[in-house]
Amino acid sequence: MKARNRKLVSLGLMAGLSCYIVLASATPAAAMHISEGFLPVQWAAFWWMVALPFFVVGLRQITRITKEHPELKLLLALAGAFTFVLSALKIPSVTGSCSHPTGTGLGAILFGPSVMAVLGALVLLFQSVLLAHGGLTTLGANMFSMAIVGPFAAYFIYQLLMRTGKQRAAIFCAAALADLLTYVVTSMQLALAFPAASGGFMASFLKFASIFAITQVPLAISEGLLTVLVWNWLHSYGQPELEILKLLKQES
Amino acid sequence: MSQKLTKNQQATSQQNWMLVIAVIALAVIPLAFVRGEYGGSDDRAQKAITEIKPGYQPWFNHLFEPASAEIASLLFATQAALGAGVIGYAIGLYKGRSQSQKSDDKSPLE
Repeated sequence: MKARNRKLVSLGLMAGLSCYIVLASATPAAAMHISEGFLPVQWAAFWWMVALPFFVVGLRQITRITKEHPELKLLLALAGAFTFVLSALKIPSVTGSCSHPTGTGLGAILFGPSVMAVLGALVLLFQSVLLAHGGLTTLGANMFSMAIVGPFAAYFIYQLLMRTGKQRAAIFCAAALADLLTYVVTSMQLALAFPAASGGFMASFLKFASIFAITQVPLAISEGLLTVLVWNWLHSYGQPELEILKLLKQES
Repeated sequence: MSQKLTKNQQATSQQNWMLVIAVIALAVIPLAFVRGEYGGSDDRAQKAITEIKPGYQPWFNHLFEPASAEIASLLFATQAALGAGVIGYAIGLYKGRSQSQKSDDKSPLE
């Protein structure tokens, strides 16, 4: 009986999250990432050059993982799907504007940061080609912030906080801070390309950061919570995969 | 041992509920208490760019733009639905697998 209840509860949870995810995405509004054509040519090219090597390394990493452990493909798809979903969610925030989470933390913790460079790039490509959100010329810059800096930050924060032994707290902080940092980097990229006439880089940075980063704080918390939610499911049902990835703590 | 496991699982499921409630609250509270237009933050970034550098013109345009806000919302919903579907499929598969393993362990004779 108890087992049945539990089953119902978790089924309800999955249905609830799916519903929430679909409903919350129904408000169309342009949200973050640097829009098409809004970076000067030289900066757009520069960020493309910076982002490409990470993409190549990530691609190699993915081929290696799927060759060595074909059974991990489904988990890889799940990590990709998680960013896919989260970056479609425009969530209202305290500043009275909308923004979306990135969802790159989970995959970075599971598979390492370079894998997310590829998965994140795919999400950004989908959004810039089909949704006119972000852009092809600014894809390099957006990749650098969302698919490279975010995942690397998540990975290192997770490794650092795992020393305290509190795995869920480590996952929460890693995902939330990665999300936040993504938009700090976006602000930096914009400020570098558009330094203010008076005050230069810093003045611009503060201006852009106040648009992106503060809106992003509650969303970063949401992202951290959702990442822990999916982690809990994986921890309950995906033990074999987590063992392969050596992510199980001895006692938890 | 198995009882302890159940307790753990119950704690996890409770925690999951709390997580979902917290996420929803984080989205609803600003809507209820903060008045705003709830436009996108990159629109505001574009405005900020034109404030800092008046007369800046985007030098490249989208190859394809959704014909209307409705189409855009359709595409966004599709994106979310695809992702949610994959997540549901994967978690469901893992769950079914771990449950069938468990019942194998419990009743090897059946």
